[in-house]
Amino acid sequence: MSMWEYANPRLFMSWTRSVLPWTFGLAGVCLVVGLVWGFFFTPDDFRQGSTVKIIYLHVPSALMAINAWIMMLVASLIWVVRRHHVSALAARAAAPVGVVMTLIALWTGAVWGQPMWGTWWAWDPRLTSFLILFLFYLGYIALWEAIEDPDTAADLTAILCIVGSIFAILSRYAVFFWNQGLHQGASLSLDAEKNVADVFYYPLLVCIAGFVLLFVALVLMRTRTEIRARRIKALQARGQHA
Amino acid sequence: MIALLKRDLRLALRAGGGFGLGLAFFLIVVVLVPFGVGPEREVLRPIAPGILWVGALLAALLSLDRIFALDFEDGSLALLATSPLPLEAAGLVKASAHWITTGLPLTLAAPFFGFLLLMQPEAYGYLLVSLLIGTPALSMIGTFGAALTVGLRRGGLLLSLLVLPLYVPTLIFGAEAVRRGAAGLDASGALILQAGITAGCFAILPFATAAVLRINLR
Repeated sequence: MSMWEYANPRLFMSWTRSVLPWTFGLAGVCLVVGLVWGFFFTPDDFRQGSTVKIIYLHVPSALMAINAWIMMLVASLIWVVRRHHVSALAARAAAPVGVVMTLIALWTGAVWGQPMWGTWWAWDPRLTSFLILFLFYLGYIALWEAIEDPDTAADLTAILCIVGSIFAILSRYAVFFWNQGLHQGASLSLDAEKNVADVFYYPLLVCIAGFVLLFVALVLMRTRTEIRARRIKALQARGQHA
Repeated sequence: MIALLKRDLRLALRAGGGFGLGLAFFLIVVVLVPFGVGPEREVLRPIAPGILWVGALLAALLSLDRIFALDFEDGSLALLATSPLPLEAAGLVKASAHWITTGLPLTLAAPFFGFLLLMQPEAYGYLLVSLLIGTPALSMIGTFGAALTVGLRRGGLLLSLLVLPLYVPTLIFGAEAVRRGAAGLDASGALILQAGITAGCFAILPFATAAVLRINLR
């Protein structure tokens, strides 16, 4: 049995039914453990004070904002190549979750930037790229909403997602060219020598795991909703013909 | 291809507003800015390159929805799709026609609007070159966006939402080149990167445009 058979809508519904509660549960456990550990059992940073703790929301949400788009890109490619309907619906389901993650990242960043940089917003490359990413999400969702025929909508949004990805990457590097930033460098790279100190690192990993699981759970749930909506539509169409 | 280009140009010219409207819009944007920020030289001069680029971008955006809409409504787009000419080439021709009717006049007019914004004299050459390199990319990206929204009733606003984020790299490099030119710095890096983006757009987007048109004509 190949992995593609799990994309059959009926099989998808049956395996997600049993997997979904576990993903939600695990996400909840990870988030509670990670956030409580991070907020109450790690020391304050010697320069940033307690504001450093916003990292437990900011970094995971920013990570997921980008990964949600990548997941949409992969799902769009699968839809274009293999035409699995579940894949197109999963891409559609992931977009609003990605928007919310982007907003959380921007908002927590602003809340942290106010006391630390003395400003809510700066035209820093990373901040600007995220704002542009937000616009890409909005356009993608708006196109889904605007087209009535579901297959046409899936095709068009998939191509928009692929083209948009190219331009999103271009914009990111263009923005770096345009302005030097305030934002600190990557703090979690596997190959970097200078990372976040271990005290902050482990709870952060737990939080990231929580956000990943939460994203997976939300996308699975929304995909199930989309499949059900599609079934209802099919039933209604059949009812009208009969 | 050339016949199609001639037909599109003729339609744009005779339907009125092909050259004129975009330019008039550009002029109005440029005139409105001093009302908004004040007429002082030290205020206008630094923002002139950016205003001119954003104005050109918005003016190019105005006429995008006409690229395919009329052809879609009267069925000539379906004829184009079944003609021996590949749809990719048709998309390329449509983008070229759009550039000749909007991008080129905007480029030629931009230095005169630079006077109105009291732009630095050294920047005129850079403005002309960067618009000449950049506006074809605007037309090509816009053609893709127009193809995406061609079947929609209220496509205009959605078209702007889809296309404007795609314009970001072109705008950044274009305005940056002019700004560096005005400051007497080396602008060749920005211009080369911008030329790269334009070339990339013309390499990739005709295929995306044709794919999207086929889906919309299905």
